[in-house]
Amino acid sequence: MRRDALRRKLTTRRAAILAGGQALLLAAIGGRMYQLQITQSERYMVLADENRMSLRLLAPLRARIVDRFGIPLAENHDNYHLLIIPEQAGDFVATLDALAAVIEIGEGDRRRVLREIRRKHSFVPVIVRANLSWDEMARIEVAIPELPGVSIDQGVTRYYPFGEMMAHVVGYVASASEQELDGDPLLELPDFRIGKSGVEKSQDTNLRGIAGTSQVEVNALGRVVRELARVPGKPGQDAITTIDLSLQDFATRRCSTEQSVACVLLDAVTGDVLALVSSPGFDPAPFSAGLSPALWKELSTDPRKPLLNKAIAGVYPPGSTFKPVVALAALAAKVLTSETSFTCPGYLEYGNVTFHCWRHGGHGTLRLRDAIKKSCDVFFYETARRLGIDRLAATARRFGFGDRLGIEIPGERPGLIPTRNWKLAAIGSAWSQGETLIAGIGQGAVLATPLQLATMVARLVTGRAVTPRLVRAEGIMPGRDGAPADFPSLGLNPRTIALVLDGMNAVVNEPGGTAYAARIVQTGLAMGGKSGTSQVRHISDYERGHGIRKIRQIPWKQRDHALFVAFAPVGAPRYVCAAVVEHGGTSGGGGSAVAAPICRDVLLETQRRDPGRRRPGENGVAVLGPTANRAATPGG
Amino acid sequence: MWPDYESDSRFADKVRGIAWGLVLTVFLAACCSIAVLYSAADGDMRPWAATQMIRFAIALIPMIGAALLPIRHWFRAAYWVYAIALALVIAVDLRGFVGMGARRWIDLGVIQLQPSSLLNMALILALARYFHTRSDEDIARIRWLIPPALMIFVPTALILKQPDLGTAILGLIGGAAVFFLAGVRLRFFGLIGLATAAALPAGWHFLRSYQKNRIYTFLDPESDPLGAGYHVLQSKIALGSGGLFGRGFLNGSQSHLSFLPEKQTDFIFTTLAEEFGFVGGFALLALYSVMIGYGLAIALGCRSHFGRLLGLGIVANFSLYVFINIAMVMGLIPVVGVPLPLISYGGTAMLAVMFGFGLLLNAGVHREVRLGPKGETRPS
Repeated sequence: MRRDALRRKLTTRRAAILAGGQALLLAAIGGRMYQLQITQSERYMVLADENRMSLRLLAPLRARIVDRFGIPLAENHDNYHLLIIPEQAGDFVATLDALAAVIEIGEGDRRRVLREIRRKHSFVPVIVRANLSWDEMARIEVAIPELPGVSIDQGVTRYYPFGEMMAHVVGYVASASEQELDGDPLLELPDFRIGKSGVEKSQDTNLRGIAGTSQVEVNALGRVVRELARVPGKPGQDAITTIDLSLQDFATRRCSTEQSVACVLLDAVTGDVLALVSSPGFDPAPFSAGLSPALWKELSTDPRKPLLNKAIAGVYPPGSTFKPVVALAALAAKVLTSETSFTCPGYLEYGNVTFHCWRHGGHGTLRLRDAIKKSCDVFFYETARRLGIDRLAATARRFGFGDRLGIEIPGERPGLIPTRNWKLAAIGSAWSQGETLIAGIGQGAVLATPLQLATMVARLVTGRAVTPRLVRAEGIMPGRDGAPADFPSLGLNPRTIALVLDGMNAVVNEPGGTAYAARIVQTGLAMGGKSGTSQVRHISDYERGHGIRKIRQIPWKQRDHALFVAFAPVGAPRYVCAAVVEHGGTSGGGGSAVAAPICRDVLLETQRRDPGRRRPGENGVAVLGPTANRAATPGG
Repeated sequence: MWPDYESDSRFADKVRGIAWGLVLTVFLAACCSIAVLYSAADGDMRPWAATQMIRFAIALIPMIGAALLPIRHWFRAAYWVYAIALALVIAVDLRGFVGMGARRWIDLGVIQLQPSSLLNMALILALARYFHTRSDEDIARIRWLIPPALMIFVPTALILKQPDLGTAILGLIGGAAVFFLAGVRLRFFGLIGLATAAALPAGWHFLRSYQKNRIYTFLDPESDPLGAGYHVLQSKIALGSGGLFGRGFLNGSQSHLSFLPEKQTDFIFTTLAEEFGFVGGFALLALYSVMIGYGLAIALGCRSHFGRLLGLGIVANFSLYVFINIAMVMGLIPVVGVPLPLISYGGTAMLAVMFGFGLLLNAGVHREVRLGPKGETRPS
């Protein structure tokens, strides 16, 4: 008994210690619970909400791109995808088989669908077929009651109604690339597209709009349980271009008669780019949808460079089209007057180098007007020699050469106006006077884009620093149309300008002018202009000695570029056109043969439409009356 | 071998002797369990709540049965019960099937049995008998402590090998608690402690990689929020977001949106505390405290050393389950797979706990019974 009592006492004591320990542990747990649920509750509440709430972006509807009259150049089309939700389909293999009986499902699609179903959560829809046709839609709609888990989803794709014709101006959209991801989660949405080139790219922010948000409750697997709140987004703003679609259409078709052409049509008063053609173009649709490697290879290796916007990114020696600028610079610098005459024997000896005129026998003695009209090289060698490269370069820059004009599409190139300093920095050798002579006929290092050539003429005819633009901020026409833009004056003497324009009038409208064959015969619509040929390859002494090869004997890639710049109407210039036909020149004075007729036809059509002055109520009909007759297309 | 009631006392007296207050607390805990399981299934009796209800009703039978069986029968059967439980554990090791990456279950056809949790009860029974028979002088000697120590270590090692770290630790500590209550000298615990510390580095090698991860994760829970630390982090978020009054019944976002893992079994306390808040969690803790206090009082009221040790051992074991589970879901200790007694969904665990309560009640019913060193009944 005593033994038992002792044992009991010990056990009771130990039990008391145990109870104490239990009380301590209970207190610890209670304390921890207090800490988590009372002290830190707010923090964990936030974490719990972060867990369950997910902000989903609602992609805004991309705005349209329209021409100056509001005709859509880029718009959105609905398209329809066939989806399967595996968890609703149950036996999705059987469902796929049933679907295959309704519409065609390729073996590749089938394998991809089965792979995606395996990889994703069963509530995530898998696209079986994109871009259903109406016929397929109808067949699926009929069969859908027997197809569990199958649904049709509406999406939006970018549509370019004028495709290739507008591709270089409008550009295209595609999913953002890795480099383009800037942290904006919108770009990471699987269906979101951003502008990759053209107006689509330059106006991307405005076109894009503002994303809406949908706050949803999700579970641990990411399945949306319900929507908690929704903030609708704002669709983007339409981008209104200065392009006149019908003129773009006309110019494009006109340019397609040659292999590779760039053509720019400007309203000289407003700077509006009415047409911007780089031919051949490309179809933007596959670029948005995903380009096949074969098509990419074909486009990127085509010698006519369909992917390059030659109107702004093609740089060419301007050749004789540069001569009006040289003339103006010389007149302004007073190294020349309208009466100054030089004699052209067909070449100019300078130092120990002989500089040839394009005309083998020479032009004889002539003054500025005839020198422009006949495009005498020797006259301009001599003019440039007197002027010096730096004064020439300064004037050329005032006319928009040598730097980007800031046109509202990406990819514009600056061209090049060489100077002494440029040569020292870029090549490392001193300028030689011979190079000044070469620059005087727009060859050598001088490089310009077709847009710069058109801008040069626009500045020449207005005397103002006209800057071309592709986007109209003031809305579609008719609106504040035709109001002269407030470009700063170039500070040139109007009489000096008149002298040069008179020479350019003679080029086209006087017998003996280089482009007389391409004149506009319709009353009041005549154009002035300047032809140019820029050498692609050097003419060897052997060829000089043995006669220059016939054009057909020279490979296309080595033929000269043919250029023409023009303005119309001659009396009150309003429209300006520049055309560069790559490798389109014959070996002598070729600009007038292929490039001038393009400018003539485009300017004639432009004057008939007169898109810069169109008033409300008028449509595309010519405003110059019935005398304007398109039938008069001159021959060679 | 239905008990010969006459030799102890009349049947009606025994039924009256059951601590019905304790049975009531068990009933309350079961109600709480069913409510939480109903919510965990998004407000549905299926798949858990209804099953749990039926299991509870069935488990009441062995509980009351165990309570009414004469205590001397339990005394005599103690080693046999232990032997059978040990045999089951070995059987699981030999031909148990692999489930949840661990061999823990034995399929008896009708039910799947997890012998390891039953073994912990049998171990207490066997230890209580052993220490009842040994004198004070005996338990002061290491020699006499080796057999009971083996009784603990052999099954614990087997369970650890299954692997079921949680149950193994519970068996170990539960057994140690009986040693302690039996009056084993404290220096013996010091010795064991030293030996354990020495064996720890070796033991580390035997841990599975996921078990090691759990310990790493415990040491630095934020290090890998989507990996091994995910469970505890989500559990803490659920608990914390519950706040004072909880998110409301059926409104716990963490459990209903599946952020909380094992919401109906090991993490059920979190499910409850998310929806009922600090108040709800505290109420459950209070209920557990009442049960523990009640149990201690019953056990200490026993005349027989066996009854005392048995009752105290059961209470110690029960409280260990409670502490380890709740401390785990609160991120106080590493994650070990230990259910919350009477609340977690699971048949064997409930059966084991109810059986244990049956033994505790039995000690209470037979508090006046004196047992000789060999279990002979001596009328008071």
